[in-house]
Amino acid sequence: MNTGQERTSDLARVLNWRQIINLTGLAIANLLISLWMGQQAYSWMPPQASAESILVDKLFSFMTAVGTFIFIGVIGTLLYSMLFQRAAKYDPSDGPPIEGNVKLEIIWTVVPIMLVIWIGFVSYQTYDQMSILGPSVAQEMKREMKEAGTVPLEPTRTVNTGAEETANEPPIEVRSRQWAWEFRYPQENVSSTELHLPVDQRAKFRLVSEDVIHGFYIPAFRVKQDIIPGKAINFSFTPIKEGRYRLRDSLYSGTYFAANQTDVVVESEADYQQWLQTAANTPPSPAENVADSEFSRAEKNAVSLGWATVRPAPAPIVNYSNKQIPDKQIPDKQDPNKQIKKQTPRLEKNPDE
Amino acid sequence: MSNSTLEKRRPDQGPDQQPDQEPKTSPSQQPEPNAPDNWRRFFSFSTDHKVIGIQYIVTGFAFFLFGGLLAMVMRGELITPEADLVDRTVYNGLFTMHGTIMLFMWTFPMLNGLANYLVPLMIGARDMAFPKLNAIAFWMVPVFGVILVASFFVPGGPSQSGWWAYPPVSLQNPTGNLINGQSLWLVAIALSGVSSIMGAVNIVTTIFRMRAPGMGWFKMPAFVWTVLSAQLIQLIGLPALTAGAVMLLFDLTVGTSFFDPTKGGDPVLYQHFFWFYSHPAVYVIVLPIFGIFSEIFPVYARKPLFGYRVVAISSLLITGLSGVVWVHHMFASGTPSWMRMAFMFSTMAISIPTGIKVFAWVATVWGGKLRLTTGMLFALGGLFMFLFSGITGIMLSSVPFDIHVNNTYFVVGHFHYVINGAVVMGFYAAIYHWFPKMTGRMYYEGLGKLHFALTFIGVNLIFLPMHPLGLMGMPRRVASYDPEFAFWNVIASLGGFLLGVSTLPFLLNMLSSWTRGEEAGDNPWRAIGLEWLVSSPPPHENFEEIPIVISPPYGYGSDEPLVSNHPGGTFAEPSKSTPVANLSGESNPS
Repeated sequence: MNTGQERTSDLARVLNWRQIINLTGLAIANLLISLWMGQQAYSWMPPQASAESILVDKLFSFMTAVGTFIFIGVIGTLLYSMLFQRAAKYDPSDGPPIEGNVKLEIIWTVVPIMLVIWIGFVSYQTYDQMSILGPSVAQEMKREMKEAGTVPLEPTRTVNTGAEETANEPPIEVRSRQWAWEFRYPQENVSSTELHLPVDQRAKFRLVSEDVIHGFYIPAFRVKQDIIPGKAINFSFTPIKEGRYRLRDSLYSGTYFAANQTDVVVESEADYQQWLQTAANTPPSPAENVADSEFSRAEKNAVSLGWATVRPAPAPIVNYSNKQIPDKQIPDKQDPNKQIKKQTPRLEKNPDE
Repeated sequence: MSNSTLEKRRPDQGPDQQPDQEPKTSPSQQPEPNAPDNWRRFFSFSTDHKVIGIQYIVTGFAFFLFGGLLAMVMRGELITPEADLVDRTVYNGLFTMHGTIMLFMWTFPMLNGLANYLVPLMIGARDMAFPKLNAIAFWMVPVFGVILVASFFVPGGPSQSGWWAYPPVSLQNPTGNLINGQSLWLVAIALSGVSSIMGAVNIVTTIFRMRAPGMGWFKMPAFVWTVLSAQLIQLIGLPALTAGAVMLLFDLTVGTSFFDPTKGGDPVLYQHFFWFYSHPAVYVIVLPIFGIFSEIFPVYARKPLFGYRVVAISSLLITGLSGVVWVHHMFASGTPSWMRMAFMFSTMAISIPTGIKVFAWVATVWGGKLRLTTGMLFALGGLFMFLFSGITGIMLSSVPFDIHVNNTYFVVGHFHYVINGAVVMGFYAAIYHWFPKMTGRMYYEGLGKLHFALTFIGVNLIFLPMHPLGLMGMPRRVASYDPEFAFWNVIASLGGFLLGVSTLPFLLNMLSSWTRGEEAGDNPWRAIGLEWLVSSPPPHENFEEIPIVISPPYGYGSDEPLVSNHPGGTFAEPSKSTPVANLSGESNPS
């Protein structure tokens, strides 16, 4: 680095015009592949079922394109070296003693800085528009107002952010426990193990945990929030596509963590109201619960093949429960001999004892 | 850049000098008294840094194989969507122990082993600054290793709370016993922290105080720079984790309420304690691997490390930045928005010094005269993996995207590309590169290349499918999953089994080469570096006469000798006791 100028001229000697044209051609090819990868990135994601998902996918596509460009550029260079710059078998000589190049080093420091600022800025913008909120309610209101005009949706669709109509409506209460989800619609006094939401309306939640930290995660909506016990967390997003999606516990919560899943149904306003009506007129009954049933089945077995576990909370008693849990169905299809799952009977869960 | 301790050494020090020549350095200047001279020394309380280095590496590798076996059982479970191979509780115990063993019993000991073996040799010291402390720090590893493994056999089984041990799950203690898997886990982690702090104190002191005369900061090999940067992180961050572990242990056993929400504790506080160290820990792990890349590329490309000074300083920049990124693990934990944004930008900033390194390695390799030995292949493969994980890492730092993939298989794929891709591949690269130095024998190149091919294919086959799985929304730590995820999981499982098989040629190669490999000679790679100036394996105190360093460390293609027995830098006739490197990196005849 002591003789920067000399090194630069070394480099200039290495690159002639033809090589510069070749390099430009390669860069354009790389750019095209990267843009194509960026488009492919959309197909790796679940369906876009919320306003947020459109923003997140756009951001991911952008980052995929940038990442692909860097990856191909660096790996391509390395592969070229590995293929064409190997030493001959009995050639003991050294390569050129190039110790550095100040210009090059400045370029590859400044370019990543700009890239990072760019990616950071795009991410910030996306975040600003998404209005996924943590505990602060005030912030929620503020962002919601701001967001109403900025969420870029398909041109034909208008989202009712529901600032007026739903502002007074109490949020849906999400109760998580080991290992069940329970959703309470306070106005209609309905409880359910399946989350029903009207399409194109801002859905608001109050997330509560009764024991450990759980994660409220709906991949099709690209939203996730840990539920910390002892705190009620406000959360909101806007579903925009009717359908049935999976809701998963995303923060490890103990033995039956993997089974702590349920469905989200996004439906038209009319269907939603009808569902609420029907549910409100149905007397509460215990729902099907994977953790509870697996545990009681295991408890009956004489031999334990497992380690200690916390006893699952009893199946929630709700007005409406989803009968079809894929996780549950599959073992039933199998040979019954195959699924002898045993466990140490659980001792007590209550920490005070 | 002068080092005050260095001037105290007389350059013309003879081979028979007594320890008082180095008043502030190692007390063990004499050959180890009563030390067995055969394989038994690896089972003794040896204070020789080379013995301890190999002890660390072999112990770590044994745990690596064990942790790998646990992972293979997990992949066996995940080959079908249902929880059928093992009970859910067993699966949860397996991933907890897999993560814990791989981090605390494999990567940290393994890297401490490499640092132990290489740093004194590279800086021209006869041993570490505190040889006894060094031995104690090592012998704690089997102690807490046994405690950790013992937790498989206590009633109720091992910890099932994941290697994060987040409360309240980690406080639930279903057996109600005082001695349970979780409490043993916490004791082991706390002891591991103490051992690593001892190691860090030792290594940092050694690098600061025991460099050979003439070895200023910018004549220090890049590996030493990265080890220094990594161990500084240990000193700053480890107390937080160790304290967190002890507090959690108190919550669990004596009923304090630091983190227990039912008694007014704050479980999120634990997450801060945990990640304040455990994110920088990633850099503790990966920085020395960067150092290994920086050592290996110049040797096999026959070119100086491109932009050596910038590469060296970028390690320290990574150290600094790594202290202010931990909240990116908690973007979904209800962190306020300003915090999310601040930590997003700080996390992204880390990619800048890292990017400098990556580009410098590519420029080092470019235009060189490459020799694709097994060591070089592993280093290049590790760079490939690291680049990929770096790109997914920047994606993860972006808050809106992270909220979608946080705690999914995308993250699992990402960090396994770092740890099994870059770190384990870098470790293999280091072993193949320094194996001749450590044992005095050559390994079998053919077996080595087979090992590389299997590892490279295996790693990509198991961890690449985890990315689409995460994007589709498959959470991590699940024993069962929806059938839509089956396709990629089957591929990942097959890759996992292949990865398990890939260790066999390595073991075969190492064991047979160590016992009956070809004699390696002092410097089979014609590499430049103080460690290549001594015999293979190096004698007990490394250097009969402390070398005097006169050149920067990567003089490939230039005529400058690395060391001289005269501090002024003129060449005397090569003496028998003072090794001298010339341009082609040959050592003196001995």
